[in-house]
Amino acid sequence: MTKTVWGALSGGLATLACSGVALGDELNMPVGVTDVSRKIYDLHTDILLICVVIGLVLFSAMLWSIVRHRKAAGYEAAQFHENTRLEIAWTLIPVAILIAIAYPATRVLIDIYDTGGEDLTIEVRGYQWKWQYKYLDEDFNNTFGFFSTLTTSQDEIQNRTTKGEHYLLEVDNPLRIPTNRKVRFLVTSEDVIHAWWVPDFGIKRDAVPGILNEMWTIVQEPGVYRGQCTELCGKDHGFMPVVVEVLPEDEYDAWYTERVVAEKVRREALTRTFTGDELMAEGQRVYNTFCVACHQPNGQGVPPVYPALAEGLVTTGPRDRHIRTVYEGLPGTAMQAFGRQLDARELASVVHYERHAFGNNVGDITQPRDVINLMEGE
Amino acid sequence: MSDAVQDYAHEVVHEDHGPAKGLRRWLFTTNHKDIGTLYLWFSFLMLLIGGSMALVVRAELFQPGLQFVDPQFFNQMTTNHGLIMVFGAIMPAFVGLANWLLPMMLGAPDMALPRMNNLSFWILPFAFGLLISTLFMEGGGPNFGWTFYAPLSTTYAPDSVTFFIFGVHMMGASSIMGSINIIATILNMRAPGMTLMRMPLFVWTWLITAYLLLAVMPVLAGAVTMMLFDIHFGTSFFSAAGGGDPVLFQHIFWFFGHPEVYIMILPAFGIVSQIIPTFCRKPLFGYDSMVYAVASIAFLSFIVWAHHMFTVGMPLAGQLFFMYSTMLIAVPTGVKVFNWVSTMWRGSMTFETPMLFAIAFVVLFSIGGFSGLMLAITPADYQYHDTYFVVAHFHYVLVPGSLFSIIAAVYYWLPKWCGKMYDEGLGKLHFWLSFVGVNVTFFPQHFSGLAGMPRRIPDYALQFADFNMLSSIGAYVFGFSQVLFLYIVIKTIKSGEPATGRVWEAAHGLEWTLASPAPYHSFTHPPKVVLAEAHS
Repeated sequence: MTKTVWGALSGGLATLACSGVALGDELNMPVGVTDVSRKIYDLHTDILLICVVIGLVLFSAMLWSIVRHRKAAGYEAAQFHENTRLEIAWTLIPVAILIAIAYPATRVLIDIYDTGGEDLTIEVRGYQWKWQYKYLDEDFNNTFGFFSTLTTSQDEIQNRTTKGEHYLLEVDNPLRIPTNRKVRFLVTSEDVIHAWWVPDFGIKRDAVPGILNEMWTIVQEPGVYRGQCTELCGKDHGFMPVVVEVLPEDEYDAWYTERVVAEKVRREALTRTFTGDELMAEGQRVYNTFCVACHQPNGQGVPPVYPALAEGLVTTGPRDRHIRTVYEGLPGTAMQAFGRQLDARELASVVHYERHAFGNNVGDITQPRDVINLMEGE
Repeated sequence: MSDAVQDYAHEVVHEDHGPAKGLRRWLFTTNHKDIGTLYLWFSFLMLLIGGSMALVVRAELFQPGLQFVDPQFFNQMTTNHGLIMVFGAIMPAFVGLANWLLPMMLGAPDMALPRMNNLSFWILPFAFGLLISTLFMEGGGPNFGWTFYAPLSTTYAPDSVTFFIFGVHMMGASSIMGSINIIATILNMRAPGMTLMRMPLFVWTWLITAYLLLAVMPVLAGAVTMMLFDIHFGTSFFSAAGGGDPVLFQHIFWFFGHPEVYIMILPAFGIVSQIIPTFCRKPLFGYDSMVYAVASIAFLSFIVWAHHMFTVGMPLAGQLFFMYSTMLIAVPTGVKVFNWVSTMWRGSMTFETPMLFAIAFVVLFSIGGFSGLMLAITPADYQYHDTYFVVAHFHYVLVPGSLFSIIAAVYYWLPKWCGKMYDEGLGKLHFWLSFVGVNVTFFPQHFSGLAGMPRRIPDYALQFADFNMLSSIGAYVFGFSQVLFLYIVIKTIKSGEPATGRVWEAAHGLEWTLASPAPYHSFTHPPKVVLAEAHS
């Protein structure tokens, strides 16, 4: 019986050892596509092999004495109980091994902390439960940003339909970065602590409200890379993936120019007057991206933490109070200040939508300039 | 020598001062054995409750997609599972063992502070009643992880967080009282001749653990009090918007939290150091170095806390300091493991249930130690941090580590406690089910973690499906085999074969010089301690 367990154990260890050396993504850390991720993978392999070797020596000694030094085999117990030289040896040898692994680990860490000399800077901001990416520009004239939200459908999550290939790892707007340029990330959060991680880049940093954390990467290989939020951030922690699309430099530059132009168009739209239908359509889009996680698709919320909007006090009350609530949030509750996330057109649309959906029918209209006059005129 | 001790044992058997009858015995008891029994049954109940929560989690994770619970409730399950297992199952079980064993091992009649002993136990049912009641409150119970990082646990917490804070305060008060009692007992109640360096290792590890508890439980109390003020009294300790710092919370929490994880493993080291020599019929190898190793681990536990926070964005110098100090822990821990293996070497081994659990402890705790060493390498930690690799790591040190040691201790000392032997065949069955269950549950989690699965998610991407299914199957095997443990213990108490005083052929230590079951007041006259009987 004892032999079987040791057989199983050494089998398990052998699997662990193999996985460290050769086997693919299923069992082991991804090698990744950056210089840093490859160095981390090498460190991981080294330390894993050291552990496996020490484990094999240690467990072999145990196994030997379990098989040979058993009473059932008539073995008489020796009575030795100390040996200072041995004790010194198995204190000093591990220290030497640790120094041998600490040296390369230190060098890799120093490399990871070398954040200077970047070609572009992107602010990564965590929200409950999505990411916002802002492409910072030196003079801020061309700065634009967007949200990146999970696109996996509720039908897939609730097992009503087949799950797609990238189940839970797909977003509407992936972060786009160019190949071969040093990208510096400034990571922060709007509410609770999140963590931004792309395993293939070997970078992970907590997004902490009030603090800007720095990290960087250079990716040579174009492609789509996926990761997830890795710090518990509330209800939908498991539903805010990180997707990064690495584009060849010229494609990236073309996309970037396009986005800068689109940003100008967006700003101009803030002064337009929209029809009710236009507002409802845009409002529904905004609601389904920003509000639905808490207030639910039917506007019923999850009381008492997330109140219902259908026949809600705010959504059917005075319009200014409604705008203000969405814009400033409610401090001390889960209601965020969406004035920092949405522009005036989006705010106006979503307010209009909430006042005319889920059975609500207030009958007024809210234009972008109403939001601007109320909130920025003050 | 042994004759003289036997006489004392004889003398105390007559029952002029036995326990009170009925419920009053348990409510008002100041007897170390009664209180030890209460602690042990309480912790077993908590193990079943916390374990059921883990099974809810594993049921949800059996397949991708949401099947049984919504994410909000899932978070409450992971959070309460962690809190209940740490504060309700593992810690009280060790205190229960300390209560039963310290006076018997030291040659004392009882604990030093018996009334406080009663109080420190009876706080616990109220503390956990309060904690568990939050699950039924509007808005649900704590859902922010057992590490309750601010601001998720302050600004964004459900209203029940206030009850959680008071619950933690009560648990802390109980632990502090318990540790004061243990320190007072060990330092003042030793029989003549029981010098510090003759104490059994279980006593040594508990002495050091008690000091760790005294040092860090007030820090935890400070952290939750600051949360209370942030939530209700307008302070901003942990709120960046008011000039505070969310990372400060993590520093304070882990300054408590890291010694806390050693609080849950050092007494386990002690137990295993008692059991292995007995079943090897050979003295413990390197007693002195075992004591020094435990002391070094305890010291190091105060200067490694930020290795839980490698991704919060510390300066490079801080990262390096915490990486080096963390790696150093491997040295004294290694010494302990090497000493256990050397104790086995050229012994005359038998494999009764306590020994099986103790051997499994050495092997599986070592695996948990190895993954701990890997996590210490800061750059590699960027890839491991907050993934299932970490979950696998700490479950390997806590389940086949701490929990196995507690189970081993129960099998080892149960005949002494109730005077009856457990069923060896059932004990072995329990061991093999637990051993297989625990490995099938937690070994695959190394792989899903390395492949990139984050912790604390109710649903996962498709590439993690196989390992999660395996893990869930293992969890159910492991969980239900603990019901067998309950059956074995009850069967022993009700109808076990009578046990001898020595119980095990080669058991050493004062507790084995008492009759089985041990008399209600352990040693009414201090025994004279000679080295051979002091420790194994």
